[in-house]
Amino acid sequence: MARFIERHPVWALIVIIAVAVLAWLVFAIWPPGLEAAIGRKRVFLNAVLNGITLGGLYFLVASGFTLIFGLMRNVNLAHGSLYLFGGYVGYAVSTWTGSWILSFIVAFVAVALVGVILQLAVFRRMEGQDLRQTMVTIGLSIVFADLMLWVFGGDFYQVQTPTWLIGPVQLPLLTAIKSSGEPVYLQYPLVRLVIFAASVVIGIAMWLALNRTRIGMIVRAGVDDRDILAATGVRIQLVFVLVFALGAGLAGIAGVVGGTFQSLSPGEDTRFLLASLVVVIVGGMGSIPGAALGAVIIGLAEQLGSVYIPTYAIVVTFLIMVLVLALRPQGLLARR
Amino acid sequence: MSLLQSTQFRPDPSTSTTRRALLRAWPEFQNPVAWLVALILVIMPLIANGFFLIEIFATTLILGIIALSLMFLAGYGGMVSLMQLTIAGFAGYMVAVFGMSGNANISLGWPWWLATPMALALATLFGTLGGALAVRTEGIYTIMITLAIGAAFYYFTNQNWAIFNGHTGINTVATPHFWGVDWRSDIAFYYVTLGVAAICYFAVQYVSRAPFGLALQGVRDNSRRMAALGFNPNAHRIAAYAFAAFIAALGGVLQVWNYRQISPGSVSVGACIDVLIIAVVGGITRPIGPFVGALIFVLLRTFALDVLIKLGLDGNRFRLLIGLGFLAIVFWSSDGVIGLWERWRRRNTSSTQRSGGGRHG
Repeated sequence: MARFIERHPVWALIVIIAVAVLAWLVFAIWPPGLEAAIGRKRVFLNAVLNGITLGGLYFLVASGFTLIFGLMRNVNLAHGSLYLFGGYVGYAVSTWTGSWILSFIVAFVAVALVGVILQLAVFRRMEGQDLRQTMVTIGLSIVFADLMLWVFGGDFYQVQTPTWLIGPVQLPLLTAIKSSGEPVYLQYPLVRLVIFAASVVIGIAMWLALNRTRIGMIVRAGVDDRDILAATGVRIQLVFVLVFALGAGLAGIAGVVGGTFQSLSPGEDTRFLLASLVVVIVGGMGSIPGAALGAVIIGLAEQLGSVYIPTYAIVVTFLIMVLVLALRPQGLLARR
Repeated sequence: MSLLQSTQFRPDPSTSTTRRALLRAWPEFQNPVAWLVALILVIMPLIANGFFLIEIFATTLILGIIALSLMFLAGYGGMVSLMQLTIAGFAGYMVAVFGMSGNANISLGWPWWLATPMALALATLFGTLGGALAVRTEGIYTIMITLAIGAAFYYFTNQNWAIFNGHTGINTVATPHFWGVDWRSDIAFYYVTLGVAAICYFAVQYVSRAPFGLALQGVRDNSRRMAALGFNPNAHRIAAYAFAAFIAALGGVLQVWNYRQISPGSVSVGACIDVLIIAVVGGITRPIGPFVGALIFVLLRTFALDVLIKLGLDGNRFRLLIGLGFLAIVFWSSDGVIGLWERWRRRNTSSTQRSGGGRHG
């Protein structure tokens, strides 16, 4: 952090000012002039919170994508299909057993198994051929999409939120002061906050596992130079399978989350594939903290964009990607 | 060097120097199969009825042109760009926006001879800018960035009502009508597409042998060495994107004239990937590959339903078939159907040579 400020004082200043403005917008009571200019504070706060929680969901999808890419140089364009498959599995389990928690576990295991099969049966045979692997993932995404359309049809599904998570919760964030002097606090759906907290926990756990454990050390070494790692006697194929399983399983969990937040239907796979692509391009390929930063930026841009400039919202996301590519092609938090 | 060439190259006294130069520049003029295919394509309106002419052959040629632009980038530049259909769709949208259409509140109503060059220029600019963005990173990242551009454009056309008319798109786009000919009538339109496809094919063939194309292939094989030789790899890559974008834009204009409407569905991510499938299945080492791939794709798309139902299977599983076929090609042949055919022919010629005859084609 201190080094970043030393090396890029101007950028650090811009970032600090942006964070300060955002904090003021969130915590202060808006003067009437501002409300007249850009609308109610409640709308703004909702958009910000939606953006951050959506960022949590994007992080879950993109972290698996970036992990697989970082270690195996495999651009898994079937990642969106894994997401959607996880969502459908979660939906099936939660309607069958009625347990929301169980649906996460089953979705993780099922999608991780698909990942293991893919790595063992397909990608292991064409190691080092980036382009061919990517083509195969494109073919797989088409096949998966059609198979899922076959089984589940074109309907919308929504994973049932458990009763203990339904309903809003009052946040200690002021939206306005009534004329009687009584403060009005923001109401926000509990389930989104719980899911966001869970994705933060998963993110921290992944960071700890990567930076504080032996297996994490092996994975990080593999990201840097897998040939030397294999030469030191590590069973790299086993590491590949484990990482692919973890990345795919995370996509499966994200599918259940997405099915609870929003809905599942054909086409969602492409949407989340695009989200993961943009998130890892912005955050930096192969970097978990980068995926977290990118996910929050893209989630916020998407939600704020769709509130304030509805017909150009996607352009904001896209402009962020262009800006990052122009100024820092390797991504915001990638080392190189 | 020239001395060496003249000793190796034994000229046939009956052929003049200009003819030799021509044959060296265009080896397909020597190939009897190429002449046969060209003849069949030219007399096609005598053989095929309107449905086959437009729905099969014109559609094949249009998709082939768009896939040809991808083949040029991937085969000679080593850059697999998934946004070629997006460029084509952008050109189509621009024709609809600047020209005349049923949506009078959006279309500016320019005549076609003004709207079409405008659309081509804007789409080429769009493709060049996208390319300039994509060359910021290398190799496998290109696929991700161009896919992101394509997907973003798709969602943008869906969201935006002011220019792109949201998910309904722009309908009843006017087609050119001059010299007393309706150029969208079946036979005239077929010849227009055939002409444009031929020009694009020979342009790509020519550029691939021109100094620029050779330098581009050098950049593909070893960009650092080319940079050391004084070439600017990124400038070559961006120029390749510009050239490919122009070809894709031509295909896009033809496509919007063909369907007379354009909507976000025409630029969806699935359609972008279809173009990649067409190019890869046909083969990305030769300009003829995309057209072969497009023919296979269009035939499958048109007839898979009937064939599957005849075989007692679910007719809606066309995309499954396409996906599995694509996987099979990627697994077993790195240069598509063209590569398979070439290998088969080589085996045949070598066996006929052993039995004492045959010549190389």
